Amino acid sequence: MATVSMTVNGRSVSGQCEDRTLLVQFIRDNLGLTGTHVGCDTSQCGACVVHVDGKAVKSCTMLAAQADGAEVTTIEGLASGGELHPVQLAFREHHGLQCGFCTPGMIMSAVDMIRRHGGKLDEKTVRAELEGNICRCTGYHNIVKAVLDAASKMGDGARIAAE
Amino acid sequence: MGMEGIGARVARKEDKRFITGKGKYTDDMVVPGMRHAHFVRSPHAHAKIKGIDTSAAEKMPGVIGILNGAQLTEDAIGNIICGWMIHSKDGSPMNMGVWRPLAQDTVRYVGDAVAVVIADTKAQARDAAEAVVVDYEPLPVVTSAVEALKTGAPQLHENAPGNLIYDWEIGDAAATDAAIAAAAHVTEMKIINNRLVPNPMEPRAALGVYDEGEDHYTLWTTSQNPHVARLVLSAFYNVAPENKLRVIAPDVGGGFGSKIYIYPEEIVCLWASKRTGVPVKWNCDRTEAFLTDAHGRDHVSTIKMAFDADNRITGFKVDTIANLGAYMSLFSSSVPTYLYATLLSGQYNIPAIHANVRTVYTNTVPVDAYRGAGRPEATYLLERVMETAARELGVSPAELRRTNFIREFPHQTPVIMCYDAGDYDASMSAAMKAADYDGFAARKAEAKGRGKLRGIGMSCYIEACGIAPSAAVGSLGAGVGLWESAEVRVNAVGTVEVLTGSHSHGQGHETTFAQLVAERFGVGIDSVSIVHGDTDKVQMGMGTYGSRSGAVGMSAVVKALDKVEAKAKKIAAHLMEADESDIVIENGELKVAGTDKSVPWFQMALAAYTAHNLPEGMEPGLKEGAFYDPSNFTFPAGCYICEVEVDPDTGVTEIVQFVAADDFGKIINPMIVEGQVHGGLAQGIGQALLEGTHYDPETGQLLTASYMDYTMPRADNLPSFKVSTTETACPGNPLGIKGCGEAGAIGSPPALINAITDAIGNNDLTMPATSERVWAAIRAAQ
Repeated sequence: MATVSMTVNGRSVSGQCEDRTLLVQFIRDNLGLTGTHVGCDTSQCGACVVHVDGKAVKSCTMLAAQADGAEVTTIEGLASGGELHPVQLAFREHHGLQCGFCTPGMIMSAVDMIRRHGGKLDEKTVRAELEGNICRCTGYHNIVKAVLDAASKMGDGARIAAE
Repeated sequence: MGMEGIGARVARKEDKRFITGKGKYTDDMVVPGMRHAHFVRSPHAHAKIKGIDTSAAEKMPGVIGILNGAQLTEDAIGNIICGWMIHSKDGSPMNMGVWRPLAQDTVRYVGDAVAVVIADTKAQARDAAEAVVVDYEPLPVVTSAVEALKTGAPQLHENAPGNLIYDWEIGDAAATDAAIAAAAHVTEMKIINNRLVPNPMEPRAALGVYDEGEDHYTLWTTSQNPHVARLVLSAFYNVAPENKLRVIAPDVGGGFGSKIYIYPEEIVCLWASKRTGVPVKWNCDRTEAFLTDAHGRDHVSTIKMAFDADNRITGFKVDTIANLGAYMSLFSSSVPTYLYATLLSGQYNIPAIHANVRTVYTNTVPVDAYRGAGRPEATYLLERVMETAARELGVSPAELRRTNFIREFPHQTPVIMCYDAGDYDASMSAAMKAADYDGFAARKAEAKGRGKLRGIGMSCYIEACGIAPSAAVGSLGAGVGLWESAEVRVNAVGTVEVLTGSHSHGQGHETTFAQLVAERFGVGIDSVSIVHGDTDKVQMGMGTYGSRSGAVGMSAVVKALDKVEAKAKKIAAHLMEADESDIVIENGELKVAGTDKSVPWFQMALAAYTAHNLPEGMEPGLKEGAFYDPSNFTFPAGCYICEVEVDPDTGVTEIVQFVAADDFGKIINPMIVEGQVHGGLAQGIGQALLEGTHYDPETGQLLTASYMDYTMPRADNLPSFKVSTTETACPGNPLGIKGCGEAGAIGSPPALINAITDAIGNNDLTMPATSERVWAAIRAAQ
């Protein structure tokens, strides 16, 4: 067993877990933050994407112990002060979700994508960058629209501010 | 139409919880004392179980219990059933082999559950499961349905000689043979419809809780139809009596058919909770999902289509072998029969049709309904053969279809279905215009200049949805009725709750069902709550599959709304001392037509509950229920056009344009309908281009059992789609709805394959059209 401490959604947390515990299991089982989902066992589907120290990470690809001391943001921590993040708003406005299961990972990936590319995103780039997030419901059409719209609304300012 | 009424593009009410991570799926549920299950599964596709040794596993940390089929038998837990009886053409009933929730004596596919370990943690259960020693005696294996029918093939079930489940036919064989014999032209094809794995993103899960004090059971489960689960668990599997069993399907992360069925794991978790005295949760991992979720399709067909000298179809003959896997899943028998062969007339006047279907056991995962269920298989045959015939006859594919379109309704086909309404020219014209079909030749020439092979393909599909009139399906062998229920409760403050037997697992019912109420009573959708997915809250209902929630589920809501409206008008008339026939409901008020008298909606509702001043003899309250049984299937139809560019050096196909023009009848929320089409198209394109399910024929191992091996459509495999709708209202239900959930998956595979074969000049191409297969087909044509 290991004791792991980290900051999750701005709150200091620590917990006991087996050495083999994945970050996603720690988030879901120890912290009860069930918005981060597990859709596969081969790190392909992206339903578990969270931000670790500001970067999108598949939380099934790292051990909880590896995140010791890190700043972690999950889907539950994305909205601030009751205001939804522009990417969350865009997913709703453009019907970028149906069953909602892939949605937390999609949104967390999209936020990171916009952070890196700012308002310069185009459809081809969005589609290429979503390669690691699988959705079975939407055919991606409206997800792409939502990401492009959020990127355009956030503009280059989002990229600079995040950096 | 109001801002939130029928036809409004309203953002979804349910989205807030999903975009903030507050959705509640089965695996998110935690109850006190909960323990975890892990299943011991067969690594062999076919083997005798000689013994199960759990002695080492029982001593592992955290283990609470290890159960197998012997204990199931002790508790008289029933066999898993197929709920639709099909008779062979000789009159004999289908040969249903024994399927135990935990295999006893014999395992018949890789993944067949043999035992379950219950332990304190998931990891402990998994560790202990690895320490369970099962002594297997491997048996010969067969994975292909064609091979399984051959003499000398390994035999799966004693009561199914030759692995044949049934040998069924529909239509007029003699008339069809005569049409083919007399034809001016016959197009013949052998067509494979590839096996698919449904892959909803949420893996299946179950949490069974037995309450000893109340002798009561609760099952949280990833189900499209919790009431059907309760019925089957009670009536057939003998796990718990119906009145002592609550089944809850909370947020469910997609289904596509695969979450209709009641699988071994759900049965075992519920039963094991009583047997071990602890709540038992199981969450499927993705490889388990590949190995155990019911697969889809897997047909091999030979077909002949006959034409007269005017290019009119005179006959269509189909011989299909369908692989149903190792056991008969819940509705597996109906998929390659009444959901398939009854659609073989497509959008065309065909005077004679005959189809023969043999279903077969193999050492593979059971096959059942997957998005479209039978109708994609029928459409793929028809639309491949229409395009192929057009090429052989030297006419345009559009023209050949137009020559044969049905234009008078109702139209009785030779294969049971009676189409009620449609305008196939309209959807074809809309699609051709959106695709700039006439400009294709120039685009092809331009692509050639860049070294690319450009092709165009069309598909005109029809499907039968809204499944279905109960008496009709009963006469065809269904073990259940396929009506739907609804209850509308108007609260004392005028807010409204709609309880529906339909289940939403991505379809947006919490929004669209509320739009019906907004349209009717002028209350905002935020004042309307949709309650579903809990057998303790909602009366018996039949759930969501077959694009039925709109055509059947909403129709039940409409019937209940009619009753509420009638009573509300009576109350309002009484309050305003007017005649109830003069009351109209507008903008949230009940008005006396032609006067300035009105009562706000909430005030009428309050009056219903204070009951101080109601019409003589009227019961207090405002709550009405309804059951709706459809009078016919509904018949969505449309035209899809796909344009591709193929790289001749690599065989890589790029979809450069995909156009869909669908007739879904009346549309409640266009945004949601478009989303359903997008998703269906992606699944159909996935089938045609990417998704191959491969078994090793010698060992029966599923070689494509993870996302490393099975190609799910990614964002960069797909284009943005051009979708539009035309509308002929469905005359069979009160809203005129036809249904939209499956169309995309039904219509798109032939459009895409027709486009690729057009591009490469070789019609011999099997789905999925991987770059390797396309490259080989290009070489073969040279």
